[in-house]
Amino acid sequence: MFVLIVGAGRVGSAVAKRALAQGHEVSVLDEDPLSHERLVEIEGQTWEDAGGRFTVGTALEVDALIEAGVQRADVFIASTDGDNTNLTVAQIVKRRFGIEKVLCRVMDPARAAWYSEQGLHTISPTQHAIEMFEQALAAEQ
Amino acid sequence: MYVIVVGSGKVGLNLSRELIAKGHEVTLLESDRRRYLVVEEELEHAVQYGDATELWVLERAGIQRADLVVAVTGDDEDNMLVCQVAKEKYLCERVIARVNNPRNLQHFKLLGIQPVVSATDLILRLIEHEVPRYGLVHLLALEEERLEIIELEVQEDAPAASKRVADVALPQGSLIISVLREGRGFVPTADTVVEAGDQVLLVLDSGLEDQITPVFAPD
Repeated sequence: MFVLIVGAGRVGSAVAKRALAQGHEVSVLDEDPLSHERLVEIEGQTWEDAGGRFTVGTALEVDALIEAGVQRADVFIASTDGDNTNLTVAQIVKRRFGIEKVLCRVMDPARAAWYSEQGLHTISPTQHAIEMFEQALAAEQ
Repeated sequence: MYVIVVGSGKVGLNLSRELIAKGHEVTLLESDRRRYLVVEEELEHAVQYGDATELWVLERAGIQRADLVVAVTGDDEDNMLVCQVAKEKYLCERVIARVNNPRNLQHFKLLGIQPVVSATDLILRLIEHEVPRYGLVHLLALEEERLEIIELEVQEDAPAASKRVADVALPQGSLIISVLREGRGFVPTADTVVEAGDQVLLVLDSGLEDQITPVFAPD
């Protein structure tokens, strides 16, 4: 599988490394060149030596997406630190490049729920945290 | 009319002032606290503090009864998503979005957000009008109908020069609708002879410009 990940923060870079280790082809796009540092050190190899790809560019630039390989992507993951960027780029790649498997991180639980009803696969860490706190609280009682 | 304006920068604030002066009910939304406090001194209850990309902020502003939502923040993603949610979730029939980066225009279209206003694009068109490149000026684009109206100056060596309108070889889907000559405009007939120096107005299906330009302005 070819996995394209936009946003190499804590979440994006961890998912990228895991996917590469599992034998997938992985390409990462981030506007900050320094975010590449999160990707190095995979069993002593650099990200590129391990077979990973890294492109500097912003999510809404079509040229950057193409350079990162969006046209071949089987899975697209939007994991930048901005909900609005993630929601926008996820919808664009889905419609424009016809990628079926698009995953989108949305912190705001209300919008994560609504966009999920519209057919976008959203993942809301905030919603998960709320549920886990509630469960932990219930276990105390 | 009840209008929600998102973003109280220069555009949003002035727009809100004008709408209020015209007797419309306006709620202006601003997510930056310091800017909100400045604007609130003037607009008082007509401005609310909050991030309009969050649903509860829009709901508090009364999105369910809004006749029009205008998103004019400096951030294209915000403008796109506010309009999308207004249209698709709250069924607001009319939205207007500001495009800051003309390159993002394609994304607005893809998400079905229109009409859009791009200051950069407007200025580019004005420049095109003042300094026509290849003599071609875009006068009007009807996006929905996929039609355009363009203006071209007929060059000396153009294939169309000194030909009857009926004999000018134009692609299917285009029509000469007006000729401007010596400061006067008229609607040509099939027998009107196109002269070098004339300005001709054509209506055409979107995308035919490249075929039409060489007929009137081959350079």
